[in-house]
Amino acid sequence: MTRAHDASRRRFLKVLGSAGGALIVGVQTRAFADVADELVGDVLLTLNPYVRIEPDGTVVIGARDPEVGQGIRTAEARIIAEELDADWPRVVVLPMALGAEDGNGEPRWTFGHQEARGSTGIPAAWNDLRSVGATARELLVRAAAQRLGVGARTLRTQLGRVIAADGRSLDYGQLATAASQLPPANAAPALKSPEAFRLIGQDAGDADARDIVTGRQRHAIDQMPGDALVAVIARCPYPGGALKALDAADARALKGVAQVLTIPPPDPAALLGIRPLAAGVAVLAEDTWTALRGRDLLKIEWRAGAAAHGDDALAAQLDARFEQAPTTPVRNDGDYDQARKLAHRAAQARYRIATVAHAELEPPNCIAQVASDHALVIAPLQNPRGALDVVQRLTGLRPSQVEIRLPRGGGGMGRTLDNDHVAEAVMLAKAAKKPVKLMWTRADAFAHDAYRPFAVHDLAAGLDRKNRITAWRQRIASTSRLAGRGEPRERWWLSEAHPDDLPAGLIDNYRLDWFALDSSLPRGNWRAGSHGINAFATQVFLDEIAVATKQDPLQLRLDLLGEPRALPYRGHGGPVLDTGRLAEVLKLAADAIGWKKKRNDGHGLGLAFHFTYGGYVAHALEVSMQGARLVMHKAVIAADLGRVINPLGARAALTGATLDGLSTALGLRITLKDGCVAQRDFKDYPLATMAQLPREVQVILVPSQEKPTGAYEMGLPGAAPALANAVFAATTVRVRSLPILPELMRLL
Amino acid sequence: MQRLPQPDAGITPEPIRPGIDVQINGEAFRHTGDPQMPLLWYLRDVLRLTGCKYACDRGECGACSVLLDGTLARACTLPMQELQGRSITTVEGLAQADGTLHPLQQAWIDEDAILCGYCQPGMLIAAADLLARKSDPSDDDIDGMKNLCRCGSHPRVRAAIRRAAAGMKGARK
Repeated sequence: MTRAHDASRRRFLKVLGSAGGALIVGVQTRAFADVADELVGDVLLTLNPYVRIEPDGTVVIGARDPEVGQGIRTAEARIIAEELDADWPRVVVLPMALGAEDGNGEPRWTFGHQEARGSTGIPAAWNDLRSVGATARELLVRAAAQRLGVGARTLRTQLGRVIAADGRSLDYGQLATAASQLPPANAAPALKSPEAFRLIGQDAGDADARDIVTGRQRHAIDQMPGDALVAVIARCPYPGGALKALDAADARALKGVAQVLTIPPPDPAALLGIRPLAAGVAVLAEDTWTALRGRDLLKIEWRAGAAAHGDDALAAQLDARFEQAPTTPVRNDGDYDQARKLAHRAAQARYRIATVAHAELEPPNCIAQVASDHALVIAPLQNPRGALDVVQRLTGLRPSQVEIRLPRGGGGMGRTLDNDHVAEAVMLAKAAKKPVKLMWTRADAFAHDAYRPFAVHDLAAGLDRKNRITAWRQRIASTSRLAGRGEPRERWWLSEAHPDDLPAGLIDNYRLDWFALDSSLPRGNWRAGSHGINAFATQVFLDEIAVATKQDPLQLRLDLLGEPRALPYRGHGGPVLDTGRLAEVLKLAADAIGWKKKRNDGHGLGLAFHFTYGGYVAHALEVSMQGARLVMHKAVIAADLGRVINPLGARAALTGATLDGLSTALGLRITLKDGCVAQRDFKDYPLATMAQLPREVQVILVPSQEKPTGAYEMGLPGAAPALANAVFAATTVRVRSLPILPELMRLL
Repeated sequence: MQRLPQPDAGITPEPIRPGIDVQINGEAFRHTGDPQMPLLWYLRDVLRLTGCKYACDRGECGACSVLLDGTLARACTLPMQELQGRSITTVEGLAQADGTLHPLQQAWIDEDAILCGYCQPGMLIAAADLLARKSDPSDDDIDGMKNLCRCGSHPRVRAAIRRAAAGMKGARK
């Protein structure tokens, strides 16, 4: 599979020389020449080809996927540099723009995978990008063979040099121009065997680190075309609402305000991005401060739309809802009802997970420039292909006429998988006939997020005389993220439930039902999707069963996982789930937290595991109560992610996702007041600070030769249940709802 | 020495405009716009010093941290009219003029305390303020940092501050 894939990819790889004598290996695109590498001052901002070797020996590597803090660009560059045998200190990593050409009615994606979604970047890069480095290396070796008058097979490469058997060597820079004039090889170049890896599997710091610590890194929000107007939008605070009355006279009169434009109410029939845009009034001004002041001067009346339901209103419907038939029976193995009747004992609990927002630190923003034959978009984007679709639908331009740049995003966590910011900016740039830089404020971001939806899991189990679980029923009620997007109702469960998530397949009589709840509050993708919700219910319920039956929570989980074996897994991360790999990480995490050690210090330990997108992760947490304060002392994350490209980056991703999961579980929730989102700033939505998070975080990576998975989302799902389980161990208070802190304070 | 050409007698030079004089990273600037404009937008939109990040408008997140006469401040809550004669250091001013990094910047790179990188300039400024007050900060001292980060860079930020503090202590000996 991989071989065929590489071979077909090879046909797209092109070799060129630049006017300056560089060797360029990339894919053929309309703009595939060195002039297309935009020079701003002396800084290259965007690279089109994958690899560019300068005569001075500098190796410039283009990284194709959007970087939002997951470390993808560093990892992709390491994959290419590995096969190239580049000298890493002489490697410069640059973002690539979206590669799209005019295809047959649809865009043709010239660079392959370009999105930050579902931790898919690394598996795709592993398949696609090794041959890029190998192609360049093969050309350099052939050029050296000619120069040195020896056979190519006698040459080896190391640290950016080609070395001959007699000790003579040439730097890649000395060979770049000659290599660029060679015809490409007929066969796909051989890839290294893993024993020969020098970079893959070794630690590498983020390629942008120096720019970030010196303040030179330009996130999208830091860029600004000279002639652009800054736009801010007053959006209707009622989901689905509309503009009733507007008096913009004072705003227009403010010095520096250029235009006031209205954004029409949403048209659900013509979705741009994943959810309807909010109706709004935009103020365009010469700078951000003036635009904000102008917006404050608008006098607006809004009309509310269909009712948006907050968590409490949805929760009030639950008892009645669960009496009805499920919207979708997702999985039904054996005979749950019969097994439950025959069970020696039973367990039941209901878990409630709050609506949460993204609160990524860089608020949505977008630079858009629209002309009759060209458009430019610069924005934090996790889904640039979706952004191209939005631009095309608003402008009628062809893919080849649209340039979408992918600067480093200040977080993302799923927020910029929606392209509402792109749609707004393009509409405004078109209407204003000027380049526009759209800015969202923090309050805008809280009020108009694509929220992770509220969910309730109602769990019931039956146990036999030996306290083994023989029956399991999980009923999930949630407001599907797919509702309101033109998807038929029978598909709505897909974003909410995973039929092969454990303990499915481990318990003979297993039933999973999904119940639709309705709300007009917009929903979207949030880091790890519904895994971040579902693991909480499942892993806390397992703990409750262990406690109720006086079993060790670790042993109960290991017994449940049973003998190492592959279970079919149809979702993303499949086709199989290996119970042995999950048991292994669980044991590692438990050992590292000192699970077996007797304690008398009042500290509590909690465990959880989850399989997410192909990654096997277990969490162990140690907490205590110090007065009314919950202190997290230590977190352990044990992970089997297959072969790890950059362990330093994978540790950052796993640690980060765990702390994000803990921060969210501690105190974050979105509530409604008078039909509008109540949270306006970080005071209302308190991301955990340094003092609240564990001082010690230990990451254990299982060495593996399996194919690589990503790392960015796998650390999140297990964090919240491990915390809740540790809180129980420390306090004997069982918290069944997220966020934990308000509930804990209520119960204590 | 070459004489500069004299301006045409018909041209009246524009009078020096009144404004607010501030020192930013050692350079003198005069703000002649709205005196209520927060320092954040002056740095970002006027001077294009975008290491000072926007993430909230209420001083809650620390992404726009600067040093105001050497003390930690949030640029989003500082109107320009309060800054006459004051001296400001942004993340762009942490390194030496020859490019030598501040020990904290080097420690950040060495510990790979990056992730998305958006909050890190503010974290660095807050850490510089902390080390200026406490050369050997305890974990409790570091816990006093209120900067927000959704990526979860906290343990590496902590390690980087400890690394920089140790290095600076060694350098003083």
